[in-house]
Amino acid sequence: MSGAVKIAVVDYGAANMVSITKALAAVGAEVVVAAEPAALAGVDAIVVPGVGAAASAMTHLRERGLVEPIRDWARAGRPILGICLGYQILFDRSDEGDAETLGLLAGRTVGLVDAPTLPHIGWNTVEAVRPHPLFEGVADGSHFYFVHSFAPAPAEESVIVARTTHGRPFVSAVARGSLYGLQFHPEKSSKAGLRVLTNFVGLVAAAVNAVAPSAAEVA
Amino acid sequence: MLARRVIPCLDVANGRVVKGTKFVNLTDEGDPAELAERYAHEGADEIVFLDITAAHERRGTMLEVVRRTASRAFVPLTVGGGVRSVDEMRDVLRAGADKVSFNTAAVATPSLLTACAERFGSQAVVCAIDARRLPREEAAQQRWEVVTHGGRRTTDLDAIEWAVRAVELGAGELLVTSMDRDGTRSGFDTELLSAIATRVRVPVIASGGAAGPDDFVAAVRDGKADAVLAASIFHRRMYSIAEVKTAMAAAGLPIRPIEESVA
Repeated sequence: MSGAVKIAVVDYGAANMVSITKALAAVGAEVVVAAEPAALAGVDAIVVPGVGAAASAMTHLRERGLVEPIRDWARAGRPILGICLGYQILFDRSDEGDAETLGLLAGRTVGLVDAPTLPHIGWNTVEAVRPHPLFEGVADGSHFYFVHSFAPAPAEESVIVARTTHGRPFVSAVARGSLYGLQFHPEKSSKAGLRVLTNFVGLVAAAVNAVAPSAAEVA
Repeated sequence: MLARRVIPCLDVANGRVVKGTKFVNLTDEGDPAELAERYAHEGADEIVFLDITAAHERRGTMLEVVRRTASRAFVPLTVGGGVRSVDEMRDVLRAGADKVSFNTAAVATPSLLTACAERFGSQAVVCAIDARRLPREEAAQQRWEVVTHGGRRTTDLDAIEWAVRAVELGAGELLVTSMDRDGTRSGFDTELLSAIATRVRVPVIASGGAAGPDDFVAAVRDGKADAVLAASIFHRRMYSIAEVKTAMAAAGLPIRPIEESVA
């Protein structure tokens, strides 16, 4: 396969689409904005961005017919990255509005505990729990930009890639196969953030090449 | 550990960065997107645009500035000035801003904070509070009043009480400017900052009065601020963001090292 990997950024009315689409383009991806299932055709990966509340995000995804296509995509083992709220809704449920979310990872999103300030806004350090290609070339303990009051508590220890502390430690990055989740905003995290997105695009390219796409899949 | 943020603020009129005194004698200082990108590369943890365009000329110009900035500077972006409705906030966020700051509009219509927080989340809603010291009566606690319209109008709001109320209404962050210190380069009003920071759980951004790196340290250490904003000292290149962060680190404050942002 030649050319840039094609990434769909899911648009479900989440506020800032400019930063994530431009950041992915800046690291060499071809980006499409997907507000409906048809826009997912022919892409190599999905990014679910977002800030705001889990319940309303699920409502908007459902209204646009995107919930099942995203579930099917991830269950087929194809590359998907959830950012901030998009990361939280990869799990079963969220305590924010007691919402049922995508259920691709076991666990629930809970409020930050003992946080000295809330929302948790600003640059905080991301500490590796295990090495992962998503963070290749990023020094352990680098700062990334966070804006949130809730974070997932994964039921399976094996998915945890990194933790961050604000009050008590919470899980700031997960990965399982080609499914990735980041509580911070790589698209707002300057050099370190762009490096993580570069790594993600590289992982997508590797997954695409491993599958050796057929003409049928592209169509 | 959460770093204390250093935030340069750019005054923008008609799509250009301007410099002036009290909204007069404005001079064109360049393109906001270019300057924002430069600050980002120099270690800015966030950029604030303050739109001082006359209201009737505003529509659209700032959105284009935000769009161009968000396309090249991958750091958080806050826009203040002139946003008066949920729909206007939506447009600014969709153009690439992460937060919108409300000042006069929030004082005039406090429910705006709630409506915007319900729609976009409180993390996107900043309440900017311009405060001025009231004459202190014998043995009484120092009080500050809220002023609006760039300090030209007084209100009967107590700044501390308004800060607490703004958070209850939905603000996820407070940008606190001392109008006594603003433009004076005599240091932040750390008494005001700590009076507010100890009463709210949301982050407080200190503004007004920065003269040098030591003032940033004092705003965090004594004022208990989570972030510190300044305009002229960065703009006039009196101090670099690196110099400010070096002083903060030397004082034992957590910062995001400059090396992590140098392109």
